[in-house]
Amino acid sequence: MSFPWAKEYKPSHPFMVWMDEKLPLPRLVYGAVGGGYEVPRNLNYMWNFGFLAGLCLVIQIVTGIVLAMHYGANTQVAFDSTEHIMRDVNWGWMLRYGHANGASAFFVVVYAHIFRGFYYGSYKAPREMIWLLGVVIFLLMMATAFMGYVLPWGQMSFWGAQVITGLFSAIPIVGDGLHTWLLGGFAPDNAALNRFFSLHFLLPFVILGVVILHVWALHIPGSSNPTGVEVKSESDTVPFFPYFVAKDGWTIGLFMIAYSAFLFFMPNALGHPDNYIPANPMQTPAHIVPEWYFWPFYAILRSFTQDFLIVPAKLMGVLAMFASILVWFFLPWLDKSPVRSAKFRPLYRRFFWVLLVDVLVLGYCGGSPAEEPYVIIAQIASIYYFLHFFVIVPIVSSIERPDPLPFSITEAVLGSDEAAALEAKA
Amino acid sequence: MAHDAGTDTPAAASGEGVRRRDFINIAAVSAAGVGGIATLYPLISQMAPSADVLAESSTEVDISAIQPGQAIKAVFRKQPVFIRNLKPEEIKAAEEVDVTTLRDPQTLKERTKAGKENWLITMGVCTHLGCVPLGSGEGEVKGEFGGYFCPCHGSVYDTAARIRKGPAPKNLQVPDYEFTSDTVVKIG
Repeated sequence: MSFPWAKEYKPSHPFMVWMDEKLPLPRLVYGAVGGGYEVPRNLNYMWNFGFLAGLCLVIQIVTGIVLAMHYGANTQVAFDSTEHIMRDVNWGWMLRYGHANGASAFFVVVYAHIFRGFYYGSYKAPREMIWLLGVVIFLLMMATAFMGYVLPWGQMSFWGAQVITGLFSAIPIVGDGLHTWLLGGFAPDNAALNRFFSLHFLLPFVILGVVILHVWALHIPGSSNPTGVEVKSESDTVPFFPYFVAKDGWTIGLFMIAYSAFLFFMPNALGHPDNYIPANPMQTPAHIVPEWYFWPFYAILRSFTQDFLIVPAKLMGVLAMFASILVWFFLPWLDKSPVRSAKFRPLYRRFFWVLLVDVLVLGYCGGSPAEEPYVIIAQIASIYYFLHFFVIVPIVSSIERPDPLPFSITEAVLGSDEAAALEAKA
Repeated sequence: MAHDAGTDTPAAASGEGVRRRDFINIAAVSAAGVGGIATLYPLISQMAPSADVLAESSTEVDISAIQPGQAIKAVFRKQPVFIRNLKPEEIKAAEEVDVTTLRDPQTLKERTKAGKENWLITMGVCTHLGCVPLGSGEGEVKGEFGGYFCPCHGSVYDTAARIRKGPAPKNLQVPDYEFTSDTVVKIG
């Protein structure tokens, strides 16, 4: 949406006037990410990660398309073609390392983006749809990242595919058939590799489509802000261009420094040496772990070691792992507090930080071997994770006494907002 | 009626009963629905294992060199198979277990061929998430029940390759096999 004071697109060049009449695409861009989009003036740096996530998606699509020009999706050549990219293709090493570390960077910024949402209550009305679409994007990202990791057909690729597709065999009755259907065989092989490549190429464009919906839904209520108080008057906002384009540009610079540090100086720091061993269906690596960004969920999966009533441990683990993300879909309705920002929610704020630590603990356990003490720690952390969403958030939102909110964004920034106060009286 | 066939006159639209156009609507939507499903079916079915993957493959393994207490890892359908020559004490340990206490209750007899109870032939695929358990190779960890141990998520199998502990729901699968002679077993 645009607030009544948002600037209208006024083309001056005759060509742009002509264009605006035939296809108002520049008008759309101007209203979406240009001078026509009014944004709360008090956004802090946590609001920069959405733009960075968009940048990561572009990096992944561009590097991915050129990598696909050199890669062969066949078990006979997949590993060798990956090494061919690394050794023979001009700049191939940079493109592949850029793509692999780009995936990690994408998850870093998306996790920051998601936890920004948790802290500032970005999921609350009227922005539920933005949040729901965001969770869809995250699920698509996980699927894409998993399938991409299988493509080099190293040991971790193969056994990752074996373990993750094995999750589906936990489903009662149809599980085994579904598992075979997904793989096109009884274990990961050529059919699976081929379809993973096809889908790994497709899904980023699906993500792009949902991102467009995510941004579209965002533009209806407009951006949230650190106070959680809605925009009231013109003095509460500034146009996206030039203010936030400049600010996003500055954080792109910071991001590129960190990204380049990994790409050029420690490109394998986040990977596993075992994936430089060609896939061997006869030999499981001693320590199978997924990429770091899946660790918290992997820890939840592994936490179920006992059957629960009639539900086998394996199915419990799988259900819990999926539930740990699907619960986010219900968050806008589990958190009933009308106050959005944790800045004014003293009790919720404490639990937010406990949740963050809990997820980090889960992540650490998920990356560790399946032995004590990690198993018991992961079990406790998993219980807490679900307690947070199903018990703590609903209870806190009903018993908490929030701190007083500022009258408006302008008051929060300047200490007073006479214009809006006068208007409210009138 | 003939002169207004195919048109929705106000009288016809508000009246009760079946109109000629209803038939066309139902027929068109039904045809589109059946056509849609007919189109979808091949798109879904193509994902299933192809004929060459399904083609019955069988593997013949010479087991004459496997001493009691030893095991080998053979390949069947590109997946590992454990062929293990059980020691008398391992057979005894497997038979002493109260079957009703097991997660997937089966006796050693049900998992081996009559008269060949010492030959335990199972898939080397953990029933949890498909890793290859340890315990078939010389010096590998066999787990606390002396059978197999899966390093991925800590499932422990006993000397009849039955699940005893950890997240796996089933015993290691016994493939179809037959002894073609005393020293050769044909799997599949």
